[in-house]
This record gives sequence, C-alpha cells and structure tokens, in this order.
Amino acid sequence: MNQLPLNGLIVLEFSQYLSGPSAGLRLADLGARVIKIERPQGGDPCRKLAVKNLWVEGDALNFHAINRNKESFTADLKNKEDLELVKKLIRRADVVTHNFRPGVMEKIGLAYKDVKGINEKIIYAEISGFGRKGPWAQKPGQDLLVQSLSGLTYTTGNGGSAPVPFGLSAVDAISGIHLVQAVLGALIRRQREEKGAYIELSLIESAIGMQFELFTTFFHSKKGIQRSKINNGNPLLGAPYGVYKTADHFLSLAMMELQQLATALDWEELNVFDQRDVFQKRDEIKALIAKKLKTNTTRYWLERLRRSGLWAAAVYSWKDLDQTEGYKILEMEQELQAGDKRIFTTRCPITLNGKRLVSSKAAPTLGANREAIIKQLMEE
Amino acid sequence: MSFLNDILVVDFSQFLSGPSASLTLADLGARVIKIERPVTGDICRELYVSDIVIDGESSIFQAINRSKESYTADLKDAIDLLKVKKLLKRADVVIHNFRPGVMERLGLDYETIKKLNPSVVYGSISGYGAAGPWKHLPGQDLLLQSATGITLLNNTAHENPTPLGVSIVDILSGAHLAQGILSLLYQKMVSGEGGEVQVSMLESALDFQFELLTCYYNDGHELPQRSEVNGGHPYVGAPYGIYKTADSWMALAMTDIVQLGQLTDCYALLAYTNSDEWFTQRDAIKQVLAAHLQQRSTREWLAVLEPADIWCSEVLDYEALRKHPAYRALEMEMTVKNSNGTAITTTRCPFKIDGQLLTSTTGAPLLGEHTAAIDKEFGLNQLQKEGAVVS
Repeated sequence: MNQLPLNGLIVLEFSQYLSGPSAGLRLADLGARVIKIERPQGGDPCRKLAVKNLWVEGDALNFHAINRNKESFTADLKNKEDLELVKKLIRRADVVTHNFRPGVMEKIGLAYKDVKGINEKIIYAEISGFGRKGPWAQKPGQDLLVQSLSGLTYTTGNGGSAPVPFGLSAVDAISGIHLVQAVLGALIRRQREEKGAYIELSLIESAIGMQFELFTTFFHSKKGIQRSKINNGNPLLGAPYGVYKTADHFLSLAMMELQQLATALDWEELNVFDQRDVFQKRDEIKALIAKKLKTNTTRYWLERLRRSGLWAAAVYSWKDLDQTEGYKILEMEQELQAGDKRIFTTRCPITLNGKRLVSSKAAPTLGANREAIIKQLMEE
Repeated sequence: MSFLNDILVVDFSQFLSGPSASLTLADLGARVIKIERPVTGDICRELYVSDIVIDGESSIFQAINRSKESYTADLKDAIDLLKVKKLLKRADVVIHNFRPGVMERLGLDYETIKKLNPSVVYGSISGYGAAGPWKHLPGQDLLLQSATGITLLNNTAHENPTPLGVSIVDILSGAHLAQGILSLLYQKMVSGEGGEVQVSMLESALDFQFELLTCYYNDGHELPQRSEVNGGHPYVGAPYGIYKTADSWMALAMTDIVQLGQLTDCYALLAYTNSDEWFTQRDAIKQVLAAHLQQRSTREWLAVLEPADIWCSEVLDYEALRKHPAYRALEMEMTVKNSNGTAITTTRCPFKIDGQLLTSTTGAPLLGEHTAAIDKEFGLNQLQKEGAVVS
C-alpha cells in the first residue's frame, strides 16, 4: 500500500463494542497504527457478543468486521505492572480513545489529566452514553436506548403507529464518525500549534446532531414534527416522498412536483392538487398515489418516471443489489485471512487519490501483539 | 480553541451531503464560502424544503448552511469562471457534489485545479461513483436507502420496506467526506501534500451496514428477517425492540430472557433457558412479552428493571425530550442570527473540545451576501475589468 495520510501515528484504543472501535477502524484504514488495549480475561466484550450467532476462531464475526487492521495488547489495568506498561505505551502514542462510563478511567488513573501528565501532546478522545452531567450520566450507553431517548424512533414508521427504531446500530456508527472528525481536527491543530486536545462526545449528542434538520424545524414549528400516516419516508418532506407498494413489489418516490408526477403517469386526476398542498394534504395525496401505484408493476412505473427525469427507484435487498453491475464495479467486498479462515467484509468507503483503501489484515486474537509491542515500543 | 484556523473551504455543493461536510469543517473553525448560482442559488433553497420557512428559506437550509458565506457566480460565464478560479488558488479545500463529468466540463476538476493550486485538498461526493452504469442516476437519500437494503432492516415484517426518517445517507457521505478531507489536511500540514478524496452515497450506505453485510457475506448470503413483532434489529434476538406499555412505550435492548421473565413476573419466559432460542424463537418470545408488558405503565416497569441493570428506557418524542432535564443539561441548542437579524434556533456540533462546546452565532447567508466583499478581499474585481477589456 502507498503512503497513507495517518502513517506513523499510534492510536491506543481502550474502547469496546462498536462506537469507539468503529472510530479506530477508520483511523486504521487511513493509515494509523491502532493498538487495542484489552483485559487479559476475555478482552473487548464484543469478542463474545455475536450477532446472529456467527463465530470465527472463537471470536464473534462482527468483532472481526469492527477490529480488522488493528493490534491487540493485553493489560490488566488494575495491576500495577501492567498499568506501568500501558503508561510507557502512552508516551509513544498520539491518540487515546475510550468509551467507559464516566468515572472508570479516573479510578484507574488514566483520565485526561493523568494521561496529559505522561504525554503533553496527547489527543484524548472519549465517548460516553449521555455526557458527564445530568440525570442520565450513569445510564448505559446502548444504541437502542439512545435511539429511544433522542426522538429518533419517532422519525421512522408511520404516524399513529409505534415508534420504530433504526434496524442497525446507527447511533454507535455516527458517534464513531464524529469522534474521527474531532480527532483529525485535533491532529491538524497539534501539527501547527504543538498542542494536544481533550475531546468529549456522547452517544446522545451524536444522535441529536444527526437529526439537526429535524430539530431545527421542530424548534420553529408550532405543530411539531409529524410522521406521515401513509408510507412515511422523512417527516420533514411533503408528498409524494415515501416507499409505495406496486402490483409486484415496491417503488420509492423522492421529491418531485405533483404536476410532473401527474404528467409522467398520464394521471389527470392528480392535478386537482396544487404544489402548495404537498404539506397540508400530504397524507391525502399519498393515499391516492398509493392506490394508483398498486395497479401496475414497479418496472412499468419506473420506466415512465425515469423517462421524465423524476427521482424514483426500486427497492432492493442485498441479494438484488449484489447481482447488479453498479454494485460489482465498486468492489466493496474485501477478504481477510483469520488463521486459516477467510472472512469477507466491506472496505473503507473513502477513496484517496483514486485508490480504494483496502487491507487484508484480520482482527487480532486477544493479546496477539503484546510481546512484539513491548519489544518494539518500550525497550529503547 | 479552533482546530482549523485560517483554512479556506470553497464549497460548490448543494442539498445536504456536501454542505453537511462543510458545516463540520466550519464548526471546526474553517472559513466556508458557498459558491452559488445567481438568482436561485443552492437547490436546497427551493427544492429540498420543509414547510417551515424562516426569513424566506426553509428550516432545512438554515440548519445546514449556518456559519458559511455565500458567493454567487455563473460558472457558464467566462468572467465569473475566471474569478472563481482565482479564488480557488487560495483555497485549502474544494468540495462539490455535482454528477460525474460536470466539473470536468467546467474545467474545475481536480487535475485542473491542482495545476493552479498544487497542495489543494479536493473532495467530491457522487451518488453511485464516477464510473459504471449508475453514474448518472440522481444521488438522492431515499433512493439510495432503497437501493442498498436499508429499508429492509427496519420495522416489522408485514410492513412495507421502511426508510429511516432521517436523510442518513446524505449525512453519512458528508461525514465520510469530512473524514477524508481532514486526513488530507493533516497530511498537508505534515508534508505539504494535498490530494483528492472521493466518496459515493452508495459506498457510504454500504459502510453503514458493515457489521450486517459481513454476516451476509459469510453466512451463505442469507437475507435478514425482520421480526413479526415490534421490529427492532433483524440480527439481534429477543427481546430487542420497543414495546407498548399500559400508558406509553418502552425500549428493551439485549437482555437475559429468563432474568427478564423473573423480574417482570412473566412466567412463560422462564422456559427459555437456552440462549440460542432467544434468536431462533425471537418472535414467539416477543409476542409473549408484548402482551405481558401492556399490563403496567412504563414507569412501573422501569422501576423494576433499571435497578437490576437491565438495558431499558422510556421512549421520547421531540417534545418530551426537549422538556427533560437531561436534555437541558446537554446544552444542545444554540441561536444563530443571519444578517437580517433573524434569530434561528438550531443544534450545535456534537463534540466538546478542551472542555468547551463548539458554538456559533452566525446564521446561513443570504444568496450572494458576501460576493462583493469576497471580490474585494481576493482582488477578483480586477478580473472583471481585465475581462471587460479583453471582450
């Protein structure tokens, strides 16, 4: 692999599960050397938290997806000697991340002020569930709970029905992304001003941050944010925005003028509505469209809509998608070698200087790199 | 406290994806100049709108473009194009999200700009990548959610495919672009070398699902099955999901089913001693639980479950959240003002640096508001005169 922007940087990852480790993964793909600091007993609990009961060499498959391209250093932070080793590592590190609940790193003696005492220019980044103050500070920072408390579940699904969570760990993912942005910003400042940084982020702030359009609208709306009662797509957007059932499958319609839709579908009756009605009469209009689209196939509608340049798409499963040329040319899949097992996972979505960022390095077994790291980074 | 002092970002992008990347750069301290078409400007000013209009622009535009400047230029006009190119010589970062080929035709592609400004960091977002059969399709959030399987992860099995009610693919691709740009800005500080970053909404939407896709790739390409009962996460077993209680709703994340049965006196759950069944019998377990939890209020259940460290919570909408003391403790809201003096309440950047919140007081720019000042500051008027003489 060619030179990558973060080559030469060392990240110590005390983080576990998904939020912090997904940040470590991105930093690794951008060229940093990421060393997971793990408990000797079991390590990152994500090793044992398998989704769908899939395992590779004793570790959860999803652990491999999150922790490929990293090293593992085992240390019992309650043991004096191990803690000394970790402090030696901190001297060599550029970035430290953790996602323990508030108070844990303080108790160990690795809070920002302690770490800064060891390495003045360290960039120290932490993710909590709900920040350090307020009544939720000690609540577990679990993705579904943060979704539920941040209003996110009231953006999805239809108005009048149950709140619907995002069917994946969306908040963990977005907070990992925010952490990377902050760490990279801090690295830029350190390069110019010789200064470290202390970065604090919480899952709840990330969850609210990702809804910034909705919150801003809510702050200025007298009637609040209402999900569409029919085929809700995005509560901020007017008709026809949403996913509709057709005679054989489904069809998505994004923003478009009603008149254009009427023309594309040869559907005079829709012209009784004015463009100004798309918000006021959103659900009424969408109910009519839903009825109309049931009368023919996805392909039939899609051809007409695309011919008129309107924004519409079929609904694909992964199986539909991975058969398409558009997916294949992305080469989104990459292969890792874990022991004698091959694992397929996705690559980094960022392309730098025309080159896709790929790495075949599998997640480390627990403590795999401890001896080598001691030799290389501590015995000077 | 700013990370990106003196960094100049020239942003040609529209809607949400690219502009959300430059918003992040602005929050980190960069100066962001939006290049907009005269008269209409960013399409987000008129097409991608909510029904809440603040001072002539939709709430969405106001949220995405605060803390930026606006410079109008007709890129098809030779003189305007020269002015923009002169501005680009001074830029640290250039961003666009036009469809593939547009910037090439304008002579504003990376290879050309690099000749004017060798250390520039040039970032672009496309819908489906620069090549392939889909490169000319519109990169729109709902359509990308629909094309990448995201809509088949949410809600219960008998419901239509359900999109996420946030423009998540736009936000993710903008965030990935910001990551790539920041990594190259760091490189530029170290070695003086800039570079090009490309992101597509398609790749960002797939990356978002990386844990789940890894299961799919390695498990004989078996598709996810949404739960028949209170759909939560198709790869996580019972009880994961949101349940109706006697008075409202309650969220339950990963939890030992037997312990849950004991704590809630739901005796039918005590039979599920084999934890493999929590996944294989997911819907049966959730059915039992869904009926049982309706007997008492959310508050009553939380009083039993929280002390036992069960991962559970109430479920709040924006109104309830905004009234909650925990929300107020976060200080997520800030008020910005545009040059008309109109105040707009919005949310701040999510992270804190050195103990300080990243806040701003500057609202979104009026269309072309800063054109004259930028002309003057960068000596771009000069070109107008020179151009006039030439023509």
